[in-house]
Amino acid sequence: MPKTFDFSINGKPVSVSLDNEEMPLLDVLRNELGLMGTRFGCGLEQCGCCIVLVDGAPEKCCTKPVWSIAGKSVTTVEGLGNADRPHPLQQAFIDEQAGQCGYCLSGILISAKALLDKNPKPTRGEIAQALDGNICRCGSHNRIMRAVEKAAAAMRAGASR
Amino acid sequence: MTAPLPAQLEANPELDRWVAFPAPGKVTVLTGRVELGQGVLTAMRQIAADELDVSMERITIRSGDTIRAPNEGYTAGSQSIQFGGVAMRQACADVRALFLAQAAKVLGCKPAELSIRDGGILRNGASTGQDYWTLAGAVDLAAKATGTGARKRVADFKAIGESSARIDLPAKVFGEAIFIHDMQLDGMVHARVVRQPNRGATIGSIDENAIRRAAKGPIELVRNGNFLAIIGDDETAVEAAGATAVNHVTWQNVEAPTPTQQEANWLLQRPVVERVFGAPDPGNPQGRERYEATFSRGYLAHASISPSCGLALYKDAKLTVWTHCQGVYPLRAALSKILKLEPSSIIVHHVQGSGCYGHNGADDAAADAAIIAMQKPGQPIRVRWRREEEFIYEPKTPAMVVKVRALLDDAGKPVDWTQEIWSPTHNLRPGAGGNLLGALALPDPPPEPPPNDVPEANGGGGTRNGEPLYDIPAKRMLHHLVTESPVRTSALRGLGAMPNIFAMECCIDDLAARAGQDPVAYRLSITTDSRARAVIEKAAAMAKWQAGAPGGQGRGRGIAFARYKNRAAYSAVVVELSVDEEIRLHHVWCATDAGLVVNPDGVINQVEGGIIQSA
Repeated sequence: MPKTFDFSINGKPVSVSLDNEEMPLLDVLRNELGLMGTRFGCGLEQCGCCIVLVDGAPEKCCTKPVWSIAGKSVTTVEGLGNADRPHPLQQAFIDEQAGQCGYCLSGILISAKALLDKNPKPTRGEIAQALDGNICRCGSHNRIMRAVEKAAAAMRAGASR
Repeated sequence: MTAPLPAQLEANPELDRWVAFPAPGKVTVLTGRVELGQGVLTAMRQIAADELDVSMERITIRSGDTIRAPNEGYTAGSQSIQFGGVAMRQACADVRALFLAQAAKVLGCKPAELSIRDGGILRNGASTGQDYWTLAGAVDLAAKATGTGARKRVADFKAIGESSARIDLPAKVFGEAIFIHDMQLDGMVHARVVRQPNRGATIGSIDENAIRRAAKGPIELVRNGNFLAIIGDDETAVEAAGATAVNHVTWQNVEAPTPTQQEANWLLQRPVVERVFGAPDPGNPQGRERYEATFSRGYLAHASISPSCGLALYKDAKLTVWTHCQGVYPLRAALSKILKLEPSSIIVHHVQGSGCYGHNGADDAAADAAIIAMQKPGQPIRVRWRREEEFIYEPKTPAMVVKVRALLDDAGKPVDWTQEIWSPTHNLRPGAGGNLLGALALPDPPPEPPPNDVPEANGGGGTRNGEPLYDIPAKRMLHHLVTESPVRTSALRGLGAMPNIFAMECCIDDLAARAGQDPVAYRLSITTDSRARAVIEKAAAMAKWQAGAPGGQGRGRGIAFARYKNRAAYSAVVVELSVDEEIRLHHVWCATDAGLVVNPDGVINQVEGGIIQSA
């Protein structure tokens, strides 16, 4: 008998019916809901490609069973913004050309959002620490750091307007 | 006498394989080069914009398919712009010339009176009402390139040389389904391969019940010889089954590498093919001081951030394959062999994967999908390797041992240099005779390829950068191409250049210290190549290098220099680091001369990435 799980994704309520209540949230996002922005990198909670916000906290979702998020609120990279209305982080990553292959960026953007939500004026050390769970294999680290700093400044300026 | 066509254009001379005008105001440019995270498509668009005189916004890039895109072999070896870009330039210049000739005919004037601005034909600077799209019907783009179209002069470049934002980056920042991993085909099933541990290993038993129990969902086992795969609609079930199957399928004839085999020094006692390059051996001259040092490096994984992925559909006697590999045409040829299908029955499309630094598992994952697809006609198959599978089975860059011997003059400068290199091959790509992994498990496995390495004409493999660029009167390389390896080895960033340059530059530092000289000054004293000198001097200046500056406690600086393959880009790098319980890299200064640069920010991004990855 399939079980039904209710939660919210990017502000919208969703309900999924699954036989396997252990299905990782990542598989639910990608294969049940068609949200491909959250990526699979290792399946072992080690690379950070699959980081989403669960009730505002950054969490790796490649092994997180769907039952554990019932009733919770999930934010993915698709929930940050889009080409018409980019989130300041997304705009800053484009402005700084912060990426090479870009496969790691969804998880990095979400980790960065979690940081800036709590700490609008992070130091470089704090940014590095917040992104420590995200691997970028291409070596775009310096650009990513600059982009997060730039987004933080833009968000502070926006908030003070 | 006209100049010869660029090689890639010679090989793909029909201009409609490079440029098309599909609709008013639109240009499609086709390239055999594929996006690997290095930004090549953005640079190709800049090149096409300048040579066609159209704005970049009008141009769509189509890349890497075997339907129409040019066959440019592999996107590898830092050659996409150097060769593929030059071919693109000439193809676009030839197209532009054909249109100018046609416009002159229509307008009854001389081509010399005409120019093009954003696709529109101007006569003596005034609009003529004609453009690429009004003329396209009368211009035969199936014509062959002649190489006679005038390429833009450097002074006339508009897009080339200006930093251009990456065309692929926005989709990645907005989390769009841009990667091969995100592809969805109607009726697609997921697949995981139960990997044959090594060539010759045969399946003993399969505990199907245990695998099904772990899957917690419907799965099907597909087998062809010793090629075993698990497929199903539910990726979660297929992944769980694939992970558990490692423990529930037994194999015979398993060869596991021993710890000793994994050491670089193991290579010293193996069978080799001997190759000698350069000056004759000087023997043992009297009165010359001798210097010798040995270096080694272990096997390295590409460790791309996502595991390899491939999709395939066999339908109506046609096989279609989607892959993130570096060469769609060589993959098609290799698939044709193992599947016994005509190349004309196979279409291979490139779709972006995660960052690629050489021959990783992409070709193999595509072959896995194709092998399964042949057994399941009409069903699209998506294979995604498991992370563990990627680390174990992707080709590794080989371990290497490098021994440097030098003879010194009275001033402590090298007058004779021997670089002795032990390395397994750096090229087992399918296009170089290497096997697709899945094929080894099929009933009729292909033979081992003969010992081979990247030819010197392509920069060499183990020998890459094995010869110093410095002014040394006699230089030679002794290359022991080791024909045994505990793991499959192939191309990874720079191939042999990294160990060779590391060894060479360590020795140069040693020799400078022996001569009591500053490392920067010593390098300059044995370098007359002006571009080499310029990057060394620039890096030192940026770092405010001071000869003889005392290092701190455990903290110091160093410099190194190389010209890739001794014929491509020059780089000099100064690093400042401290060595305590851990090694900490504080700062890096790098000066690079990459010749004519199409997208400066693209080069900077690549150089930064290379520095971070190698550090």
